[in-house]
Amino acid sequence: MKVTEKMAIINKLGLHLRAAAELVKVANKFKSHIMIHHGIQNINAKSLMGIMTLAAAKGTEIEFVADGEDAKDAIAALRQLLANKFGEKE
Amino acid sequence: MTEKVFNGIAAAGGIAIGPAYLYHPQGFSVSRRNLRSEELSGELERYQSSLKKTRAQIAEMEEKMQEKLGKEHAAIFQAHQVVLDDPLFMEEIPNSIQTRRLNAEFLLVEALDKFKAVMESLEDGYFRERGGDIQDVSNRLLRNLAGGEKDDLKKLDREVVLVAVDLAPSDTVSMSTDTVKGFCTDIGGRTSHVAIVARSLGLPAVLGMKTITAEIQEGDMVIVDGNKGLVVVNPLPQTLKQYERLKESYEAFQKSLEELKALPATTPDGHRVTLAANIEIPQELDELERHGAEGIGLFRTEFLFMNREEIPTEEEQYEAYKELATKTGVNPAILRTLDLGGDKFLSHLNPYQESNPFLGLRAIRLCLKRPDIFKPQLRAILRAGAHGPIKIMFPMISTLSEIRESKIILNMCVQDLKREGLVFRSGIEIGAMIEIPSAAIIADLLIQEVDFLSIGTNDLIQYTLAVDRVNESVAYLYDPANPAILRLIKMTVDACHKAGKWVGMCGEMAGDPVFIPLLLGMGLDELSVSVSVIPEIKKVIRMMPYDISVKIAQAALQMKTSDEVLKLIRDNVPSELKAILF
Repeated sequence: MKVTEKMAIINKLGLHLRAAAELVKVANKFKSHIMIHHGIQNINAKSLMGIMTLAAAKGTEIEFVADGEDAKDAIAALRQLLANKFGEKE
Repeated sequence: MTEKVFNGIAAAGGIAIGPAYLYHPQGFSVSRRNLRSEELSGELERYQSSLKKTRAQIAEMEEKMQEKLGKEHAAIFQAHQVVLDDPLFMEEIPNSIQTRRLNAEFLLVEALDKFKAVMESLEDGYFRERGGDIQDVSNRLLRNLAGGEKDDLKKLDREVVLVAVDLAPSDTVSMSTDTVKGFCTDIGGRTSHVAIVARSLGLPAVLGMKTITAEIQEGDMVIVDGNKGLVVVNPLPQTLKQYERLKESYEAFQKSLEELKALPATTPDGHRVTLAANIEIPQELDELERHGAEGIGLFRTEFLFMNREEIPTEEEQYEAYKELATKTGVNPAILRTLDLGGDKFLSHLNPYQESNPFLGLRAIRLCLKRPDIFKPQLRAILRAGAHGPIKIMFPMISTLSEIRESKIILNMCVQDLKREGLVFRSGIEIGAMIEIPSAAIIADLLIQEVDFLSIGTNDLIQYTLAVDRVNESVAYLYDPANPAILRLIKMTVDACHKAGKWVGMCGEMAGDPVFIPLLLGMGLDELSVSVSVIPEIKKVIRMMPYDISVKIAQAALQMKTSDEVLKLIRDNVPSELKAILF
């Protein structure tokens, strides 16, 4: 199963190291292969170093593509993480 | 072997000759090594166990940080663990070891270089800088691959010339003049930390050589000419002979200066100033007498806080300051409270990631925020004061309230010591450093709160002219003779004298012989300089009539540019002094 969804980064600091680490932790809970598309970049969501090269600041829209049996759950978990601002206050 | 000569910045005078010792403070040098098939499993195992060790170290740091500063600060180490989860570390490198048959260090550095190139191409400065965390984790892994041993200068057992990319305060702290005879580095300038240490230890040094670490091999015969800023690698026999002669005559000249040690720092027409020493590391205390220092105008306490994970205890600090109080004898010693932050950065004291550390939580700002660091130091100083004439000086003062707050905390320590029945120095004299323009401008207000002021020119110049003194592309702006600097010095001196108090200068400017005629005339009561330049400065003072200095200082304040100021000095000093200074 392949699920695609666009989401916005809404926390103040954007996808900085700690936020990216949270994202990787969530992605790693799922068996699905998860990629992030942004512009011409195509990044493995389970690679913190890859995510750092996105330099996604607040307001950036990124597209997740999950491929695997638990793709739907993975996308839902990621959606929740981004909406919760990666657990950050602002 | 052919002789090669390289140019750099002459940072500390003198000549050193000896075999090169290539110093790698990171503890690893990375080379590419092809593996035989029977080596592959061993290499994989070595990589995996280093990875495991790295994880354990990060977990330990996380735990420590959590105890000290709470969960929020510790979270960064969790992120560091996730860095190690990256497919790069978990899959790519182990796979490449097997398929490309190369050593782990090389593969790691190669991958990191690619990552760094991407990060550096980012337009967003904030994200660009965050690559530092990845580097930090990777360096730790590299160190563990190398066996985890940190290259330690303390272990040197022979005379060498040190060759390094750069030397941090934590490196110079463990350096001994018995083994290190001089050094040259790729980066750094005349006012960087290493230059100051080199001059105070009397070690010849040539800095800012850009690629010298790539030009010199371990064990090469090297000559460091700190007077001209030259490094000669594998000298021809005649060059070596010539330099041995130069070294001898230079040392003889230095010795002649030392004969001045018993004489006072008095001008020919009877104006007396105090000539004291700046002390960076305790080894220098033994040099005080030989160079004729009249006390210590600046005792830096940072050395106690370096190369360690824990903050030194009150007892440990007390022992160190007591040694100072005993060695300084009847002359006063001015102890500066902790000046960390800026370029002297201690991760365990300052966990705040700052994009402008020199404008950030530094020195007195850090101390006022962290009484758990400030109070033990003040208590240790007060107690050590019972053994000798110690004074306290607060660094990086920018407002009056910082002085007042510091005095309140000092007073709390006094009350506590009294209650505990411990012996301490009552009525200890206190002073403030003038190294921020705002402080110089309100010197008249600050002096009402303290017993003396001391001008720290290195920072005063940096902050007044907004110039990073270690950035080579703007270093030309770093100019003590700039009229703005002279006006701030003059304001400070006048404010102190009007209040009937004394004022000193403990920055590098006071140790530059060229400025002595000017500083004498401006009325500074005390000059505090690196131990090794005391004889030279004294010689200049003893040749420079005070009445002429006053005229030079008055005229200098009317000058429009620093070139005019320097010309004024050159044109007005006595001719025998001109020959020495220019």
